[in-house]
Amino acid sequence: MIKPLLEVQNLTVKYGAITALHNVDIRVEEGEIVSLIGANGAGKTTLLRTISGLLTPKTGSVSFFGTSIVGVSAHKIVRGGISHIPEGRMVFANLTVDENLQMGGYLLSDKRVFAAERDFVFSIFPRLRERMTQSAGTLSGGEQQMLAIGRALMSKPRFLMLDEPSLGIAPILVRSIFEKIVEINKMHGLTILLVEQNANMALEISSRGYVLETGRVILTAPSSSLRNDPKVRSAYLGG
Amino acid sequence: MNEFLQQVINGVSLGAIYALIALGYTMVYGVLKFINFAHSDVFMIGAFSAFYAVQKYPSVFVINSWPGGALVIFTVMALCALLGMVIELLAYRPLRNKPRLSVLITAIGVSLLIENLAQLQFGAAPQHFPDLLPVTIIHLGNLSISSTKIVVIGVAAFLLVALEFIVRKTKIGVAMRAVSFNHQTAALMGVNVDLVISFTFGLGSALAGAGGVLYSLSYPAVEPFMGIMPGLKAFVAAVLGGIGNIPGAALGGLLLGIIETFVKGSHYSTFTDAIAFAILILILLFRPAGLLGKVQIEKV
Repeated sequence: MIKPLLEVQNLTVKYGAITALHNVDIRVEEGEIVSLIGANGAGKTTLLRTISGLLTPKTGSVSFFGTSIVGVSAHKIVRGGISHIPEGRMVFANLTVDENLQMGGYLLSDKRVFAAERDFVFSIFPRLRERMTQSAGTLSGGEQQMLAIGRALMSKPRFLMLDEPSLGIAPILVRSIFEKIVEINKMHGLTILLVEQNANMALEISSRGYVLETGRVILTAPSSSLRNDPKVRSAYLGG
Repeated sequence: MNEFLQQVINGVSLGAIYALIALGYTMVYGVLKFINFAHSDVFMIGAFSAFYAVQKYPSVFVINSWPGGALVIFTVMALCALLGMVIELLAYRPLRNKPRLSVLITAIGVSLLIENLAQLQFGAAPQHFPDLLPVTIIHLGNLSISSTKIVVIGVAAFLLVALEFIVRKTKIGVAMRAVSFNHQTAALMGVNVDLVISFTFGLGSALAGAGGVLYSLSYPAVEPFMGIMPGLKAFVAAVLGGIGNIPGAALGGLLLGIIETFVKGSHYSTFTDAIAFAILILILLFRPAGLLGKVQIEKV
């Protein structure tokens, strides 16, 4: 049997006495876009942060290509091919756009590989090339999101996790960002786990979805059926 | 006019030393957001290691010679870098996810520990610091400048430029700035944050060590508590320039050195220290971000 790209089993994560995730199971196959929807505080961000090693789970396992990555520190998990775009973009506001991309490619020691990777990012987001020497803090929200995605692509990941890419971005830009996400997946074969409050949008581009509620997975199905599920519609899709 | 220029040179020479120490405070603040009070003791250890190096190995660290002096500074910087990294590893790293106040209090504890160990080991009485370098008086028009002052200014300027290069142009420098923005995001890029913090301590402590040697060239008496006053002044300088801001620390150091020197040369010389701390109070009241704090977002 082929091992899934990412397999999360029985994951429980606590902040002190508060349990943020209860026995969560998630599976992502290579080449998929999977979305993770749910209200504020449902544990979506916690799940991503646990996968990328920023949080340590209480119990449960996270395996990437069949290898357990629980307890591995965050900077080593990136090396394995997981790239996490944190909530709120978190571009290094005090660095230039180019320096942000340099940080994204921190693990690339070969200058030519780095240059090729940067050109690849510029081919997806030409705007970033124009803004290269500009301080990232002065970019618009949409440009910052492009930079955050571009920066994450610099490490040549096999698996990309996006946390709320639509947050605080002009609606007109949201669609173009989502188109880029699809492009990255379809054209470049990157597997994507997408966390979104904008569930409509997320389910539109993903093949499968998980619905998280107060730290538990309450529903998982192909995105098309989630979009037609009356319960999901009333809770997350605005009727 | 003559006296004015003479005082400016004295001030810049003192300010350059403050700037070197202030950079350590400001860089550590940049990455860990706390004031490393043990920093001024690294300065003191720097002075003492130079003192003992020439005493114990006079054939290697030849006094009154340029190569000998250069070798002393280089060795002291390496030793202090190591000391700074050890302090971080033993005292601050275990507290990485604890409240900042715990780290701050620990820093005061480390400072007291080093000072008292130094007193035990080196004795409390001030000891005469040897003449590391040959001293000549340079006459420039009506000005007469001791070569020591030129050396202090030159070495400090060189180190400042080197530091600026490291922080701006090297990979680890960019990583330092990224870590100062956000530890977790830096880690998501594959940056080993602990390593970068350790490097930052090493860099800052090396500068403090160099500061200790340069200070002792100008004020040739070493004792275990010699770091306290220059350390506090450098802290004022760092706040004056904008804590966390590297060019700010350099500017703050220079300004404070010049102001102090002019006060010392006036009728109000007894107020020298008081004025330095009055500046701290004023800057905290009216411009808490410091002189360069707002203009430049750059932090390390």
